[in-house]
Amino acid sequence: MNVLYAIAFLVLAPLLGGLIAGIDRKLTARMQGRVGPPVLQPFYDVGKLLEKEHAIVAISQNFFVLAYLVFIAFSGAIFFAGGDLLLVVFALTLAHVLLVLGAFAATSPYSFIGAERELIQLMAYEPMVVLAAAGFYIATGSFSVSEIAAFPRPLIVLLPGIFVGLFYVLTMKLRKSPFDIATSHHAHQEIVKGVTTEFSGSTLGMVEVAHWYETVFLLGLFWLFFAWSPVIAVIAVAILYLAEIFIDNATARVKWGFALRSIWAVTLVLSALNLFALQFFGGL
Amino acid sequence: MAYMKRSPWIIHYDGSSCNGCDIEVLACLTPLYDVERFGIINTGNPKHADIFVVTGSVNEQNRQVIRNIYDQMPEPKVVAALGICACSGGVFRECYNVEGGMDQVIPVDVYIPGCPVRPEQIIDGVVRALGVLEEKRARMAAGENAEVTA
Repeated sequence: MNVLYAIAFLVLAPLLGGLIAGIDRKLTARMQGRVGPPVLQPFYDVGKLLEKEHAIVAISQNFFVLAYLVFIAFSGAIFFAGGDLLLVVFALTLAHVLLVLGAFAATSPYSFIGAERELIQLMAYEPMVVLAAAGFYIATGSFSVSEIAAFPRPLIVLLPGIFVGLFYVLTMKLRKSPFDIATSHHAHQEIVKGVTTEFSGSTLGMVEVAHWYETVFLLGLFWLFFAWSPVIAVIAVAILYLAEIFIDNATARVKWGFALRSIWAVTLVLSALNLFALQFFGGL
Repeated sequence: MAYMKRSPWIIHYDGSSCNGCDIEVLACLTPLYDVERFGIINTGNPKHADIFVVTGSVNEQNRQVIRNIYDQMPEPKVVAALGICACSGGVFRECYNVEGGMDQVIPVDVYIPGCPVRPEQIIDGVVRALGVLEEKRARMAAGENAEVTA
C-alpha cells in the first residue's frame, strides 16, 4: 500500500508538478497583463531540452545533477509512502547539496556565485524545515508521515507559528520573489540564474523535473497541516500556491543578506514561540 | 517529436548596434507583443539558447565575442541577423572599422532587415527561424550534421 503511494508519486508528481508550473506561468502572465504561454509549456521546454545536443562542461556535473533529481524524487517518495519525516528532510538537504556540487563542478564565475547563493539559501531555510519536523513530532508524538496525516485534530490549530514560518520559506523553496536569490523563473539574464549557467540540454531538463517533484512534495508538506479534512486541505494548498504566485509578482527580489536575516528572524521566533506554547500548554 | 518549435529560447547579443534594434527586441517581451505566448524566452545564456538573435555589424572588437557565443550554443541552433546592420553592415558598411554583416563570422540562417526592425518583423523572423530549427533537429535526429545549411 505504502509502496504504491511512493510509485504513484514517482509517476504522477512530474505530471502534476509540470502542470502546476504551466498554470503558474499562465497566471503570472495574466497578472502582468500578458497572454502567456500555453499551460503545457513546461513540458514543451523539457521535451525540447531532451532533444538538444548534450554539451558538457565537466563530466562530474551530470552525475551530481542526476543524483540531485534522484534524491529529490527519493525524499518525495518516502514522504508520500508515509515514511519518516526526518529522513525526508535530510534526503532533501542532501539533494540540494548535490545541486550545489554540480554548480561547483564547472569552473565558471557565474556558476560559482550561483552555487554560493544556493548554499546561503540552504542555510536560510534549513532550520525552519527541521523545526517543522520537530513541531509535527511534539504535536502528534510521531515523526512518521502516515501517523501525522492520520492525526485526528487539525494541526494548523496546534502549529500556527510553524505553519506561518514554513510558508515564509516556501517562497524561497519555490524560487519565487522576494527570496529567489539562487535561481528564479523570471530573471533569465541576471546573476540569479547562476546555479544553472553551466547546465544545458538534458542536464538542465533534469533540474526542471526535480523542481516539479519538489513542488509537489512541498505542497504535500503543507497538506499535513490540514490532513484531518482532505477537502479543506485541497482548498488550502491551492490558496497557498496562488498566494505565492501573487507574492512573486507583487514583490522585488531582496539582497541575500536581508533574505537570510529576515528568514532566520521570522522563522526562529515564530517556531520557538509555537514550540514553547505547545510544550507548556500541552495542546493535547 | 517537435518540441523544438514550441520552446525556442533566445540569446540576444548587441554587436555594434545603435540600440535601435535592441529596444525593439525588448519591446517584443512587453505585454503588447508578449513573445512568451510562443514559448520564447530571452535566456541571456548561450548554453540554454536555441536561437541567436544578433544585432549590429561586425567589427574587430566583437568578432571573437560573436564566434564565442555561437560556439557555446548546443546544436541544433539558428542564427537570426536582426536589422540591416546585422544583415549587411547597413549604412556603416563602408566604414573603415566595419567588416560587414554577421555572415562574415558565423553562418546566418534568417535575415531580418529593417532600421530599426519592427517587433512584428522580429516575431515573423523568429517564426521563420523556427522552421530552420526544426529542419536542423530532424537532420540531427537522422544522424547527420546539423551545421550544414540547406
